[in-house]
Amino acid sequence: MHAISFDVAKLLAGGLVLASFLMIYQVRLLAMLNVLGGHAFILALAIAWQAHVQDAPELYITAAITLIFKAALLPEALRRIVIRLGIHREIENVTSLGAVMLAGVGLVALSLEVMLPVTARTDPLTRIDIALALSVVLLGLLMMVTRRNAVSQVAAFLSLENGIDLAAAGAEGMPLVVEISIAFSVLVAFLVVGVFLFRIRERFDTVDMRALDAFRGDRK
Amino acid sequence: MIAVLAGVLALLALGGVGMSRSRRASGIVYGVSLLLSSALGLVGLHALLAAGPETVALPLGLPWVGAHFRLDALAGFFLLIINLGGAAVSLYAIGHGRHEHDKARVLPFYPWFLAALDLVVIADDAFTFLFAWELMSLVSWALVLAHHRAPGTLRAGYVYLVMASLSGLVLLLAFGLLAGANGGYAFALMRTTRPTPGIAGLALMLALIGTGAKAGLVPLHVWLPLAHPAAPSHVSALMSGVMTKVAVYAFVRIAFDLLGPPPAWSAVIVLLLGGASACLGILYALMESDLKRLLAYSTVENVGIVFIGVGLAMAFQASGFALGAALALTAALFHVFNHAIIKTLLFCGAGAVLSATGERDMDRLGGLIHRLPQTSVAMLIACAAIAALPPLNGFVSEWLTFQAILLRPALPQWGLKLMIPADGALLALAAALTAACFVKLFGIAFLGRPRSDAAREAHELDRFSRAAMLGLAAISLLVGIFPGVLVDVLAPVMREMFGARLAAQTPLPWLSLIPVAASRSSYNGLLVFLFIAFSTAATILAIHRVTSRSARRAPAWDCGFPDASAITQYSGASFAQPLRRVFAATLFGARETVTLPPPGDMAPARIEKALPDPIWDRLYAPFERLIGRLADFLNPLQFLTIRRYLVFVFLALVSLLLALALSQ
Repeated sequence: MHAISFDVAKLLAGGLVLASFLMIYQVRLLAMLNVLGGHAFILALAIAWQAHVQDAPELYITAAITLIFKAALLPEALRRIVIRLGIHREIENVTSLGAVMLAGVGLVALSLEVMLPVTARTDPLTRIDIALALSVVLLGLLMMVTRRNAVSQVAAFLSLENGIDLAAAGAEGMPLVVEISIAFSVLVAFLVVGVFLFRIRERFDTVDMRALDAFRGDRK
Repeated sequence: MIAVLAGVLALLALGGVGMSRSRRASGIVYGVSLLLSSALGLVGLHALLAAGPETVALPLGLPWVGAHFRLDALAGFFLLIINLGGAAVSLYAIGHGRHEHDKARVLPFYPWFLAALDLVVIADDAFTFLFAWELMSLVSWALVLAHHRAPGTLRAGYVYLVMASLSGLVLLLAFGLLAGANGGYAFALMRTTRPTPGIAGLALMLALIGTGAKAGLVPLHVWLPLAHPAAPSHVSALMSGVMTKVAVYAFVRIAFDLLGPPPAWSAVIVLLLGGASACLGILYALMESDLKRLLAYSTVENVGIVFIGVGLAMAFQASGFALGAALALTAALFHVFNHAIIKTLLFCGAGAVLSATGERDMDRLGGLIHRLPQTSVAMLIACAAIAALPPLNGFVSEWLTFQAILLRPALPQWGLKLMIPADGALLALAAALTAACFVKLFGIAFLGRPRSDAAREAHELDRFSRAAMLGLAAISLLVGIFPGVLVDVLAPVMREMFGARLAAQTPLPWLSLIPVAASRSSYNGLLVFLFIAFSTAATILAIHRVTSRSARRAPAWDCGFPDASAITQYSGASFAQPLRRVFAATLFGARETVTLPPPGDMAPARIEKALPDPIWDRLYAPFERLIGRLADFLNPLQFLTIRRYLVFVFLALVSLLLALALSQ
């Protein structure tokens, strides 16, 4: 294996983790959606690079699907939703961003610590990809947990899904059927969530999840 | 082997017929069940007498395990018992099942239940075994709930389901231990691998809990007196007569076949639980006035006797005394056979009484011997047999158990030397109490004067039911007269388990039974029977010759109180009162309070008895409370926000990852 292919793969996977951090830090919705697009774009690059390294042409199709759907269509659609909801100027109130960022750093360290020994005997290319993919998944979860706005939770979920994609592409080359089905499931999830966002807004005049809590009587 | 699988499949398919709403479905289902059970019973008998085990592996179930089936002598014997009981109950149900008002709740499950019972004994890998075991539990649970509107049935079903799940879970763990880290789930692999003593002991104890919970061993018996009576009577007969035997089979299979020689301490535990079940079971039965609950408690007692035999066999095997082990296990399996016959008959009789009078409470019965003469004869034989009176079959197995107990001096371990005589005493006590209990049952329900209008106007059942009951009674008598035949039939099982067998009994003169040596002990059922028959006939002849031939009917002496009401007769509770005072006052904490009205007050005097169940109060109630408190504590978890659930998922994931990182 060429050193350069290894380095590039590492760079792209690391870029994905960096993009996750950017998303966690970004409190303005439109900017965050831009970062989400960038996130998926880096993922598409990473998959394409895997296709090149593994000499697996079907991964190019995966990369293309990722580029079209996740990097272009989904953020754009979410942007339209945000604008139609009229919350594009809102600044989300996230408590103690610094602590969340520190926790994210801890999670990345943890996933490296867990994954590197487990995958010690596999291909180094796969190894670093899987470790960083786990970090992306954990960061996505962290973001879902810390955000209260429904749109940012959806974005966090999509970034989490990107992490899974990265791991799958790095491991063996993902079968196309799996990829297409995942793409469809994301699309369906997006549609359902989009509908729900409007329904929630209709009823509560906001997409802040705290309103739902209050409605259930959890918070007075 | 193929025949057995075909039979099981046919029974499963028959369940489909049971779903039809046709009026003749009942007759068809029970009739075909009768034929299939008879055929399967014959196959079992053939396997018992045939040379070697037959195995079949089918590519079903788990992909890397498959489904293995094996028909050896032990499985053949239990197949015989199951299908003997199944055939008798099916014949009974051709008639009795007609009275069932909600047939669709019974008919589909009945053949499935038979099929599951058969499947358990031929299973030869842990997966197939547990599948059949759970099918058996689940189908019988559905049958218990057939009369779901009757009070108490829902609770019975619930307790049964909880205990059945416990049994399944514990057996799963036991098989997991036996299979080891390599996952050898086929029984053939378990036979060849010998786990370390610690693992083997643990697996044996888990197996004891798992099978004991199904068999009704004290203190795991609580579901049995609730669930068995709640089912329709012919299903009660199957559950009590046959399903508990399948649990015994599972324990024998695990303890003697899959594991190596058991450690001596485990024999002490089995003996202890067996003795406790025998005594407590029959004491509970004595205090009971509900006919079917009494029979269910008596099942607990008999399971205890069987486990005493099994424990003795374990003790002898632990010290390498193969002949003693063969004697003890022969006694246990003989009792399994006997109890299957007798308890099936008793529950059928209880069902006959129930459908003739609509009453299960003995204190509302009485005088049924005049209204149901044939049922009464069958019940009398069953009561005498279960009370271990010679020349009936119940005597033989208890006598054999005592013979095994008397071989105790051959054992070196002190724990066993102390435990076995104690068990002998408990067994003797249980036998005496059983006699009292069944004198009470027959005396109160069938003799005396009717205590209710329903009992006064009872009518004998149809031909099928009577034929089934009389047939079972005949088997009971025949096995009692020729016990040597059954002992010899069991010889292949003993050879399979211990490599030793009892001496052949059938060639002995006068068909005597000599388990160890002629100088030690012998029993001859035929001679006892002939003596009883001749002396009775001679006495009758003599009386008729000497005294007047004309029968006179005169009013019974009424103690000076003319027109005594029927409820002034001895009742079941009053019959049991002396025994209740002696045993239950200390053991169960039973209390009686007598309230006499002050002079001049016209209120009646009252006697009230309280009979708490210490096993439920001390063992199960704390568990119930603990689980209730835990559930209350965890209840708020059901009403969290989505984000908080996500936090839980996230934290669980991170802590698992941390644990993984730290453990590396």
